[in-house]
Amino acid sequence: MSKQLYHQTGNFIRFLLRRDKIRLPIWLFSLIGFTILLTLAMDNLYPTQADRNQLAETMINPAVTAMIGPGYGLDSYTLGAMIAHQMLGITALVVGIMSILLVVRHTRADEEEGRLELFRSLPSGRLTSLAAVLIVMVSIQLLLALTTGFGLYALGFDSLNLEGSLLYGAALGAVGIFFTAITALFAQLSETSRGSIGLSFTVLGLAYLFRAIGDVSNETLSWFSPFGWALGTEVYVNNYWWPLLLTVGVSLVLIILTLYLNAIRDMESGFLPSRPGRKHAAALLQSPTGLVLRLQRTSLVAWSIAMLIFGATYGSVLGDTEAFFEDIEMMEQMLPPIEGVSLTEQFLTMLMTIMALISTVPALMVLFKLKSEENAGRIGHLLSRTISRKQLLASYFLVSVLGGFVMLSCSALGIGLVGISVLDGGISLGTFYQAAIVYLPAIWLMIGFAVLLLGVIPKIAGLAWLYLGYSFVVVYMGGMLQLPNWLEKLTPFGYIPQFPVEEIGFANLSLLSLTAAILMAAGFAGFSKRDIQG
Amino acid sequence: MTILQTGNLTKKFGKFTALDGVDIEVNKGEVYGFIGPNGAGKSTTIRILLGMLKATAGNATIFGLDAWKDAVDIHKRVAYVPGDVNLWPNLTGGEVIDLFLKFRGAKGKGRREELISRFALDPSKKCGTYSKGNRQKIALIAAFSSEADLYILDEPTSGLDPLMERVFQECVMEAKNQGKSVLLSSHILSEVERLCDRVGIIREGKMIETGTLSELRHLTRTNLQVETKEAMTDLSGVKGVHAIKQKGQTLSFQVDTEEMDAVMKHISRYGIVRLESAPPTLEDLFMRHYEGTGKPNRGAGGEA
Repeated sequence: MSKQLYHQTGNFIRFLLRRDKIRLPIWLFSLIGFTILLTLAMDNLYPTQADRNQLAETMINPAVTAMIGPGYGLDSYTLGAMIAHQMLGITALVVGIMSILLVVRHTRADEEEGRLELFRSLPSGRLTSLAAVLIVMVSIQLLLALTTGFGLYALGFDSLNLEGSLLYGAALGAVGIFFTAITALFAQLSETSRGSIGLSFTVLGLAYLFRAIGDVSNETLSWFSPFGWALGTEVYVNNYWWPLLLTVGVSLVLIILTLYLNAIRDMESGFLPSRPGRKHAAALLQSPTGLVLRLQRTSLVAWSIAMLIFGATYGSVLGDTEAFFEDIEMMEQMLPPIEGVSLTEQFLTMLMTIMALISTVPALMVLFKLKSEENAGRIGHLLSRTISRKQLLASYFLVSVLGGFVMLSCSALGIGLVGISVLDGGISLGTFYQAAIVYLPAIWLMIGFAVLLLGVIPKIAGLAWLYLGYSFVVVYMGGMLQLPNWLEKLTPFGYIPQFPVEEIGFANLSLLSLTAAILMAAGFAGFSKRDIQG
Repeated sequence: MTILQTGNLTKKFGKFTALDGVDIEVNKGEVYGFIGPNGAGKSTTIRILLGMLKATAGNATIFGLDAWKDAVDIHKRVAYVPGDVNLWPNLTGGEVIDLFLKFRGAKGKGRREELISRFALDPSKKCGTYSKGNRQKIALIAAFSSEADLYILDEPTSGLDPLMERVFQECVMEAKNQGKSVLLSSHILSEVERLCDRVGIIREGKMIETGTLSELRHLTRTNLQVETKEAMTDLSGVKGVHAIKQKGQTLSFQVDTEEMDAVMKHISRYGIVRLESAPPTLEDLFMRHYEGTGKPNRGAGGEA
């Protein structure tokens, strides 16, 4: 019987590795590189035990605990205890995301696209593809665990001992195995890859939330989350291995259930009933702008919530800003003290820049959907009807501008509402909102640049992302890296008045808006003239 | 010798009955045409035969082995081409063909090069850039360059141009001449007519007709075009005559095969000037089975 189930699994594994010969190494190297480089940076920033103990004091508050997890060994905050506290939870989250994306790509997505059908018609077992994906993914997690573990140990710091380092890596690997298992299970239950991804990310979000709430208020709750298990190892402090045994044990049960479900189900079917959709298009859908909104509804809603939470998280730390920054050398470089302005307000302007930069991401994503739609040959459906090119581009443009505004507003509300409650007075909600909304012209300019590229030279439209990345580096780290000032003037974000520290000057804002308008006009003109793909 | 057989094959998706007692038999060296409208159950039947769906009741065997339990052994000798070929966008056509051959356990490259040139495929392009017809060619090349004993082809030519369609037909005939069997599901009825030894028609999950083309024709009507010296006025009253159309002096109509003798006697009394008869095309057969059913297709879908 096992031949009927697993025939040619070895060949399938080789095929998977070949298909992902670039993707897998990129994930692995980024994760390991991130861990190693950040550990070195941490050591640089807090070289002495006194530095670290000082940092540890600022870490004892609910906001930080909710965000990154409970600290262990705070009374003697060694480098090991520090990186386990600061980095393990967030890295585990990324490992979870990696597992979800890779597993769905090789399970339900392949099945939905009809590629699995071709494989199943060849002499391969019913479980061959699933087993191969699971084997590859678990091996990747093991590899990640070992390289991270030995990598940390190889840095040669006293507090990064061999057992702790291996446990640190193993905690990441265990979380990865858990999300591999849960995603593979959802790929059996749901009929679509979107459904599988959605369910898996819901579990990821809930796991993070359970840990956050649990760590702050009720420890038992944290033990319902794989992130709670990973952090419960108390790496470099107490080195408990058993929470990982629990993680892997649960994963194993999930994997067996997954294999069983896959073996008994029909190909391309699921276990969750698929809801019948609407038979008729709603009134809103029946316009190009409505279509753009409808197609990106889920993504826009998710981003809005994310921005709200993102703002709120920043808001929650505002209360500790003064204590937090007083003695940190790095922050002094980033935020040189200014007379008559509180450190909190200064910090706020920096946060606003970051949030404006991040709000630009969904705005550009909306616009770039036009490009992927064009490449997929779907805009022909619209252009061959009574919709002009200008109308089409305008629809995406409109939703993009609207998206940027909504994202910025959400983050401002998030940081404002939470900020006010922790600051007890000093800064009003209006000030928070104004500080955020002054960034609109900069976002417009980024959108304008993207419109220009999409309209005139779509092949290199990716440059818009590069420009955004450049802006991020220059604005966020310019102070710390001691970059020359003119570099900042090459990005629109460098021209925005740092309200409330500076006055809002309208000259710069008008100039930015005007430039944005010119870029947009040129982009629209180009889009009316150029060849359309597909 | 029977290569493929289904007996009382039934498949339910929840409350919906997709297949309701389907019987098919394909013999060695035979090309079997499997036709029916969208949603009739062709692809469902084929997927059960390939062990991808599990039958609710009935049996499906290929080479005497069970389609679900012995799928791996069966697939070593079966080549399948779906109607809607989706491939990995970042692999080239040549890579995919080799991959499929390797999975089949083929030794050597078989007829790979020959078929690539016959189907005029550029194997160096990424699959993401191929048109539908070109993706179809990849699946066809992979199928015909493997040494299979049974070819299961589910609307394999949707998207091919007429030249390539001819190459495809040659490939099928070559396979047949080597004593291989083919199950061909198709909407291109002229193709089925040209290639198939026997034909099965499925409607709403039930086989409604099976047999050789001449057997099927026997059950149906012949098209006649007649010009007579005297005007025939009473034709509509004659038993077995249908669909009378008048065009100038010429009457065209259909005659039930079993009434042919009586109808000819009747016509000859008016003095025949010209008479043309054409056997019913498969399309006529097909339409006759479907016209007047008046039901919308409510199948599970999944057709290209």
